[in-house]
Amino acid sequence: MIDERLVLDANAVAGDLEELFGIDLTAVIHRCAHCGNLGPMATLLAYVHGPGTVLRCSVCSDVVVRYVRTPWGTRLDVRGAAELRIELLG
Amino acid sequence: MPSQPLGWKIATVAEIRDETSDVKSFSLLVPQWRTHRPGQHVDVRLTAADGYQAQRSYSIASAPGPDGRVDLTVERIAEGEVSPYFHDVLVTGDEVEVRGPIGGYFVWEPSFGGPLLLIAGGSGVVPLMAILRERAGVDAPVSATLMYSSRTWDDVIYRDELEQLAANEDGLRVLHTLTRAQPPGWTGFARRIDRPMLEEALGGIGPQPLTYICGPTLLVEAAANGLVELGVDAGRIRTERFGPTS
Repeated sequence: MIDERLVLDANAVAGDLEELFGIDLTAVIHRCAHCGNLGPMATLLAYVHGPGTVLRCSVCSDVVVRYVRTPWGTRLDVRGAAELRIELLG
Repeated sequence: MPSQPLGWKIATVAEIRDETSDVKSFSLLVPQWRTHRPGQHVDVRLTAADGYQAQRSYSIASAPGPDGRVDLTVERIAEGEVSPYFHDVLVTGDEVEVRGPIGGYFVWEPSFGGPLLLIAGGSGVVPLMAILRERAGVDAPVSATLMYSSRTWDDVIYRDELEQLAANEDGLRVLHTLTRAQPPGWTGFARRIDRPMLEEALGGIGPQPLTYICGPTLLVEAAANGLVELGVDAGRIRTERFGPTS
């Protein structure tokens, strides 16, 4: 049973995502592979109280990103993101 | 902005101030600090002697400055791992590991314009305070309304500073709601944020404010959905949810 009051959004894991991707991802537009919703990554719902972190679409609740950190590295699954729109800097 | 790897740095605690009985502000000096944008946060990491690490995110309360000093405002969570350490153990001169500034979505800069509608629940006011402090420092600031939900009058973070900012008469309006108890003679709101309150906020600032909402997830959803139902373009609303994680 998930306590909905504990659900955060991807702002809360922006540091982890920037560590993995080398850029800020919260302002990057993603497309949900399940429902096609387009929106900033920051709006993904973040479930951070398990062993890994799960980011779900705020419209259809399908999993967009999940990752787990171990002492040896990070396992990242982004199958739920059909597209990331990364703008050129400067 | 040129990309710079997000690495952990050792920050020094320069000052600690009480805000409320459960909330303190910590001024940190961070070497080689990349100037932040109002609304951003930092990650803080504590490492125990046995190697166990705990990491939390805390919003930056201060406006950007040139001196590598950032203020964090931290609410004490009774069963937490990191906030009790901040409240009960840290003293001036201590060091903590931080990385940041982090986040490019829940940010505001004067060039974004306004009018601004800022909606906060509890310590969700912290990133919005960075926005208000930045706004107060520019010429001809955009008009702004802060709608701020607290449990009691004594739980209102930055209470005196908000009164001072509103007294500047530069277009800032502060609307408090106290959800648990109200002092004698209270004339403000006394319930959770609802549609009539959002209508009141919009009535003073116009139908399409640039909106930032930060607080517990239920408050964020109620406020964001309520504003969209009242006709605010969803693309003008930015949200940040926090929960009792620390």
